[in-house]
Amino acid sequence: MFENLSEKLEGIFKKLKGRGILNEESVNVALKEIRIALLEADVNFKVVKDFIEDVRIKAVGREVLDSITPGQQVVKIVHDQLVKLMGGVNTNIKFGARIPAPLMLVGLQGCGKTTTAVKLARLLSREKKVYLVSADVYRPAAMEQLAVLGRQINAGVFAAGNLKNPVEICVQAVEEAKREGCEVVIIDTAGRLHIDEALMDELKNIKAGVNPAEILYVADAMTGQDAVNVGSKFNDLIGIDGIIMTKMDGDARGGAALSLQAVVGKPIKFVGIGEKVDALEVFHPERMASRILGMGDILSLVEKAQANVDEKESLQLQKKIRKNEFSLEDFRNQLTQMRKMGSLKDVLGMIPGLNKVKALKNVEPDDKELIKITAIIDSMTKKERLNYLCIDGRRRKRIALGSGTSVQDVNKLLKNYVDIRKMMKKFSNKGGIRSLMRNFPF
Amino acid sequence: MVKNGFLEKIKTGLMKTRNLLNTNLEDLFAGKKELDKKLFDELEELLIMADMGPQFTRDLISDVRDRLNRKELQDAGQIKKIMHDRMSAILRQVDKPLNIPQGQPFVIMAVGVNGSGKTTTIGKLANSLRKEGHEVMLVAADTFRAAAIEQLEVWGERVGAPVIKQKMNADPAAVVFDAMGKIKSGYCGVVIVDTAGRLHTRVNLMEELKKIKRVMGKEMAGTPHETLLVLDATTGQNAVIQAKMFKEEIGATGIVLTKLDGTSKGGVVVRIAGELSLPVRYIGVGEGLDDLRVFDGNDFVSALLD
Repeated sequence: MFENLSEKLEGIFKKLKGRGILNEESVNVALKEIRIALLEADVNFKVVKDFIEDVRIKAVGREVLDSITPGQQVVKIVHDQLVKLMGGVNTNIKFGARIPAPLMLVGLQGCGKTTTAVKLARLLSREKKVYLVSADVYRPAAMEQLAVLGRQINAGVFAAGNLKNPVEICVQAVEEAKREGCEVVIIDTAGRLHIDEALMDELKNIKAGVNPAEILYVADAMTGQDAVNVGSKFNDLIGIDGIIMTKMDGDARGGAALSLQAVVGKPIKFVGIGEKVDALEVFHPERMASRILGMGDILSLVEKAQANVDEKESLQLQKKIRKNEFSLEDFRNQLTQMRKMGSLKDVLGMIPGLNKVKALKNVEPDDKELIKITAIIDSMTKKERLNYLCIDGRRRKRIALGSGTSVQDVNKLLKNYVDIRKMMKKFSNKGGIRSLMRNFPF
Repeated sequence: MVKNGFLEKIKTGLMKTRNLLNTNLEDLFAGKKELDKKLFDELEELLIMADMGPQFTRDLISDVRDRLNRKELQDAGQIKKIMHDRMSAILRQVDKPLNIPQGQPFVIMAVGVNGSGKTTTIGKLANSLRKEGHEVMLVAADTFRAAAIEQLEVWGERVGAPVIKQKMNADPAAVVFDAMGKIKSGYCGVVIVDTAGRLHTRVNLMEELKKIKRVMGKEMAGTPHETLLVLDATTGQNAVIQAKMFKEEIGATGIVLTKLDGTSKGGVVVRIAGELSLPVRYIGVGEGLDDLRVFDGNDFVSALLD
């Protein structure tokens, strides 16, 4: 099978870095590989063509050849260009002055509109009162699906009753939302093909009926070359204000959705990263570019950590690490915090450099393992937790019995703990996160 | 389901695709007498835009180039034949329709990523099997997605097939266990199991599927008789990884390629056929009851190129 784009690019850049000075030929070799990698990632053929030309013009200039580290320079050019391709700016939803502000979600069948509608409602409900309505009178149980999900997040959902006309449903839903004092109405429309004229006309009519503040096009990140055609058609016929990329939690690199933005000229506003109602994030082109280039998503990690970790606690911890007083108790707290941040794999994937470690590739960090580790530590006495050196053979046996594990498990845990302690000390000596940063390509 | 008239029926679905590819190809093949770099560039664009993937495209083009160097080709018209032959040769190997015996239990499990069209495909498949005189029973093992059970029930009503179900969030393996019980007590028709959509990267969800399969196998050896991977034709190269994972992890035995009524070419299925030799059983060309067709490799390529 093929490698991920980021892994592929990293391989190429390693080759580039190895050479003292870049000539035109080696730039071309690299670009040829980048081109294939981008196509393999489903970036649109024409977008790739423009992208490669842009980078070539920039790379084969003086700028690179005269630079001291040509490889790094090329990485930067590719990175900057990717950011430019993906819009370069972070965009919010414009609600307008009207209350309630209707937002329309449109897209192909199965791209994830209904799930996204609920996720978006949940995200917006932090600041606004949100109302939901399904205009999908075609797919069996589509309305029921939205109603169930709406209940989960305590949002009002329009009950269409006997109404069969999507336009009527939407217009009445907006009226109802107004009566209930809601500020935003999210309209989930039926999935449709861009070449289905009747259904595209229906969308036009809904648009005319409710005059939405924004129309958001929902695109599956796994889509192939045709993504651009579909997106353009929706934009031409209905007019879209932004894009939401779904199913980003898979291993598709989302190349097609990125080229969507380049060709359709509308910003990606959110990305869907899971099936749960809270799995929607604001889109950050910078981070996305870094992620594509294998630099990890350090910003997301930092933000996630900040949201979950008590700052005072973390300061204390840093102090302890410096003094080499990081105890098993701290270790347990760290693991608990890590679990709060989300699945271990997600967290690991965000750390730059870690995705480069081949050994980690097939390791699926197991949440069960974490529970086991916690159990072992819980079975220790306070004394043992504060000073691991006192844990002798007899104590190990007792701990194993107490936690329902084996002595081998206890040994393994202690060894890992000691290793991690050493590693942490090293990091804090070299300036903490900055030593991690050296794993960046530039 | 009859294979006859397949081309006729698929035409509507593939009209846009065919026209596009056809127009361009005709331009390529008729308009230009010389086989030059530009022609190869255009050929590359056509194949890549059809989601054939860069590697496969490169192979195909270098094959043409080799033949050209060996002076086997005199004019551009022959390129078309080479392409057709290569692609249909690959697809012919996976052109194995699903044979479902009458009068004995036959268990089909539908799997795939979210939104690929599993439930709709099951509805359409149930309909065509009913028309062929099979008894059909549907199993709502998607207990995760809101209203998935209700969706399957609507299809059950439409086609006249009972639906085995439990409540939302029930253990899907338990629902399947119930269905297997029906077989044990003498049910002799087709059982189609609808599972929740899951990305192939979700380890725990893939484990859940394995568990469902284990329960089936325990209750009746040899089941499921067919594990159908439902694949969205608009998917790009990631479809290859999806197919690989569902084949290796879950033991998928066949593919249904859905949403071919759009403008996507579904070309990635040629790559999947070549790399994984996973048979393509059916294609979906719409949301109507009768919009499921038996796959025919040769016709598929013809519809794309002719």
